[in-house]
Amino acid sequence: MKEFKKILPFSKGYKLMYLFGMLAIIVAQLFNTLGPLIISSTIDSVIGDVEFRSSIIKSIFDLFGGRDYLKANLWLIGILIVINTAFRGVFLYLKSYLSVKAAEEMSMKIRNKLYDHIQKLPYSFHVKSDTGDLIQRCTSDVETIKKFLGVQLVEVAGSVFMLVFIVWIMFSLNITMGVISVALIPLIFAFAYIFFKRVQRDFKEADEAEAKLSTTLQENLTGIRVVKAFAREKYELDKFDVKNMNYRDLVNKLILNLAMYWSISDLISLSQVGIVIVAGTILVVSGNLTLGILVAFISYVNMIIWPVRQMGRTLTDMGKATISINRIDEILATPIEVLVENGQEPEIEGNIQFENVVFAYDDEKPVLKNISFSVSKGQTLAIIGSTGSGKSSLVHLLPRLYEYTNGSIKIDGIELNTIDKKWIRHNVGLVLQEPFLYAKSIKENIRLTDPKKPDPTVYRAAKTASIHDDIESFDKKYETMVGERGVSLSGGQKQRMAIARTIISETPIVIFDDSLSAVDTETDVQIRKALEKRRDKSTTIIISHRISTVSEADIILVMDKGKIIQRGTHKELIATDGLYKRVYEIQTSLDDDLEAI
Amino acid sequence: MEDTQIRSNKVEIKIWKDFFTYLKPYKKQFLKLTGFMVALGILDSTFPILSKFAVDSFIEKGSLEGLSIFIVIYFIAVVALSLIIYLFIKYAGRLETSMAHDIRRIGFIRLQELPLAYYDNKAVGWLMARMTSDITRLSETISWGLVDLSWGMTMMTGVTIYMFILNPRLALITLSVIPALAIVCVYFQKKILLAQRDVRKINSQITGAYNEDIQGAKTTKTLGREKLNLDEFSVLTTSLKTNAIRATILSSIFLPLVIGLGSIGTALAISFGGNYVLEGIITYGTLVAFISYTAQFFEPVRQMAVIFAEIQGAQASAERVFSLLKEEPSIKDSEEVIKMYGDIFNQKKENWPEIHGKVQFKDVSFYYNPDEPVLANFSIDVNPGETIALVGETGSGKSTIVNLFCRFYEPVKGEILIDDKNYKDLPINWIHDNLGYVLQAPHLFSGTIRDNIRYGKLDATDEEIIDACKLVDAHKFIIELENGYDTQVGEGGNLLSTGQKQLVSFARAVVRNPRLFVLDEATSSIDTETEKIIQDAISKVLTGRTSFVIAHRLSTIRNADRILVIQHGKIIEDGTHKELIKKRGYYYSLYSNQFIDEKSKYILG
Repeated sequence: MKEFKKILPFSKGYKLMYLFGMLAIIVAQLFNTLGPLIISSTIDSVIGDVEFRSSIIKSIFDLFGGRDYLKANLWLIGILIVINTAFRGVFLYLKSYLSVKAAEEMSMKIRNKLYDHIQKLPYSFHVKSDTGDLIQRCTSDVETIKKFLGVQLVEVAGSVFMLVFIVWIMFSLNITMGVISVALIPLIFAFAYIFFKRVQRDFKEADEAEAKLSTTLQENLTGIRVVKAFAREKYELDKFDVKNMNYRDLVNKLILNLAMYWSISDLISLSQVGIVIVAGTILVVSGNLTLGILVAFISYVNMIIWPVRQMGRTLTDMGKATISINRIDEILATPIEVLVENGQEPEIEGNIQFENVVFAYDDEKPVLKNISFSVSKGQTLAIIGSTGSGKSSLVHLLPRLYEYTNGSIKIDGIELNTIDKKWIRHNVGLVLQEPFLYAKSIKENIRLTDPKKPDPTVYRAAKTASIHDDIESFDKKYETMVGERGVSLSGGQKQRMAIARTIISETPIVIFDDSLSAVDTETDVQIRKALEKRRDKSTTIIISHRISTVSEADIILVMDKGKIIQRGTHKELIATDGLYKRVYEIQTSLDDDLEAI
Repeated sequence: MEDTQIRSNKVEIKIWKDFFTYLKPYKKQFLKLTGFMVALGILDSTFPILSKFAVDSFIEKGSLEGLSIFIVIYFIAVVALSLIIYLFIKYAGRLETSMAHDIRRIGFIRLQELPLAYYDNKAVGWLMARMTSDITRLSETISWGLVDLSWGMTMMTGVTIYMFILNPRLALITLSVIPALAIVCVYFQKKILLAQRDVRKINSQITGAYNEDIQGAKTTKTLGREKLNLDEFSVLTTSLKTNAIRATILSSIFLPLVIGLGSIGTALAISFGGNYVLEGIITYGTLVAFISYTAQFFEPVRQMAVIFAEIQGAQASAERVFSLLKEEPSIKDSEEVIKMYGDIFNQKKENWPEIHGKVQFKDVSFYYNPDEPVLANFSIDVNPGETIALVGETGSGKSTIVNLFCRFYEPVKGEILIDDKNYKDLPINWIHDNLGYVLQAPHLFSGTIRDNIRYGKLDATDEEIIDACKLVDAHKFIIELENGYDTQVGEGGNLLSTGQKQLVSFARAVVRNPRLFVLDEATSSIDTETEKIIQDAISKVLTGRTSFVIAHRLSTIRNADRILVIQHGKIIEDGTHKELIKKRGYYYSLYSNQFIDEKSKYILG
């Protein structure tokens, strides 16, 4: 039960509502158990001539004019029955409404909290997260908890109260009959509980077989090209047949078990009813019971059998809720990035200074070693280097996606790790190499950071990123949806979209992390020319492997194995022997290559 | 696109009529099941009569004579009921599962027969939904719907008949509640179903949002969009909450309403029946029976309403499943071809001619839509063993040429000859059986590396598999893995790196020792090391086989026997590397740009 403490914070403001829901089910059950008593008293004491046995019932009947009046006006009893049921109905309604509303409100809070928590988990978490598993936790586990709170718990509580009321009434009506009436009830419950506990394995097996069937199907459909190219249709059908038959057989086995359960359970239940009828008849004939009471007993037995069976099933199901709570708690227990801190929020101009910066992921070897350089406002810095040279890590430090381990980074003279994270991210635009686009329209994707940006601003950004013409060629232009339900963009188009949505914010620092890699050479030139016009507005950092892309930068850094091995302007670098010059000389080697033909 | 017809409110007979042709094999099971349910309905409606009998013959008379016979009859009825319950659940379950199994199988066969063009504009998820949840829904509704329908009908008929036999006047009076009950049930069930559907729809949107939440987290961080994201998400969860509560309100009004109407029946039974007892018109036993009937008869009415609502819901599923089953493959073998060479599931390989590898395209045109031709009057002759590199921009028609060659598509005009025979006169699988095919995004199936390579040749020996891997230089990395050839590759091969997947897919193609080869080359960024290995593998694999290569790597292009530059579905340049460089045309500039890009990547490592 300690699991439930973990979700207690989400119940804030709805505890009382939930409590009233519980209360409502108790009241509803009270009215429910009253029904058979009214009928039995009518049969015995209104239609028949036995004395009223219970004073409550007598006073209710007196309220309606007393026995003789009622005998002449039996329709009043009818009204009484309907009124009783109406009260029960109202409280039943209140129960569902209150408990479901409380459960829905709580699960909404849980959903929102999970969503927010996930997006605030550190960058390093998302590098290696398992999407399928996380989604499972956010959706079906929350659903399990909601069902537990909104339906199962209330239902079990209701059943328990009804059982208590009815047993109490039965025993006060006639102890012998009371004992006889509940004789088989423990058996019915135990049978249900044990059966559903045991059959859980079958349910799981069937679920797994279904999952396997889906996977086989999914693999066949995603690999249909391979299937066809290799003429493996028959092989695939055979494979599918095995899974399909296995699933069918497991479900059949499960259903057969269920058939066995329901039939035996019905046998016991109806026997219980039969015992009540037979024993009751004997007691009535021997003068120890009235007909009305017998009718009440038959109704009561019928009333408790179903919930008792259901309870066995629900109780075995309820165990799932604790598992779900733990699975959700695992996500929420992962610490998030501290976004709200009392950092500074200085006006940022764009002067960047690295001094002996060292950076390592976790406790691994440093990927950046003693990096020092500086860039002034409005300048362009280019970084060229191999995969794993540390160039990406370097630029990830600027928006504080990672914290540098040693040394100092200053923005306009202010130490970077004293600046508020949110603030710095709003001032540093970083375009990733493999950008993620949202399932929104193109326009919304471009003005992602500020949905209020007017259309002309969007178009301007798209033009700067050389994506405007592409967008205009789509059927719905800027309203075209991106993603599964819309257009699928090429790698180059995605990169240009990412550029557009970053530069639209006009941040004082813009970083292109190899984000022109999938764009062809000519478009690359176009984009850089367009960016050139905004030069005075921002400091630009470009990572690339193309000499042509980096050659016009004010400062070029050549990186290798976490160090800066060369620096200078294009002119300076081609005059010195080194990696940069070797890359540059490819042009000459191309001429040689073509010459050779 | 799948929600288009979902809101149709009428039960459309046509859809179900079409569907019944698929239900023919289950006719016997249907009849049997209906029989059980009728028997159950009769038994269920008989129990109150037993109570009446007990009241009238023992209690009223004050004697226990014949009680033992009553006990025997009662327990025979109980045992019979339990038996029928066992049988009907068993048979309904069997009907449901075998129907789902069989329809799924037909669907799967259909999916294997359909040409690739069918898959071009369909998402895998869209097809999956048809093959899984739609079929489940359909078979569930049909089998259990039949159960509820035949039980409900019998039960209602039984109860009515018994009541009329007992006392027609009291029967009429108490049954007067039924019409109101029926109207309430139908109205609410429909509303509830629609509300639940809305909830499901928002639920899937929420799942999508979580997907973005997780996969787009890095982007969210760099753009600092956390608050906006949460605001948008809250709109979704709030709407889910509102809709879920609305659905609950509907069902929590519905249930008390049904109970209330039922109690009106009881009230009528007791006020009128009570008077009849007093007047001596009916016995106490009859009154008791009427009271239990009034408590019972709302259940079948509610059931019928549920079925009615569910059939409407399943209608959309039926339509979707049915449209898949009815889909005619646009590429299929003619009757004569099947007769001679067998169909795809029963091949008569002994009749298949051997392939040498001469390929001709004669005035081939291809389009999806006549106004936008993809290929127009395209002709080439390829000698056995030649490698043809296809070069051009995305959308130029390169892939179409390859797809036509593989007979994934067929020419709209013109013909394609293989060894001088029109390939339409031979089975589709004839080409595929002689084809080695490597895709730019290699797709592996879950299982071991060995399983995946054997996919190329089902009866390959371990030696053959190892030889194939050695040929493409995959052997080295495989034996370094902990489980060697028995290493699991994971779903879609995702436990291997892209380069490793690529090599396994090469080995899978090579183990077939095919006469024809197609290589759709990757542009993706593989590390330099793997890049080099793959280059070597490619040249080994292509030697001596007629091959079409959609080429991106300079080495592949340069080594091809012929290079075709394709633009807008036409060949604009055709020749060897040397010839095309000398021409100083499109190929020349493409080559120069590519050269610099590739070399700088190489030098930078």
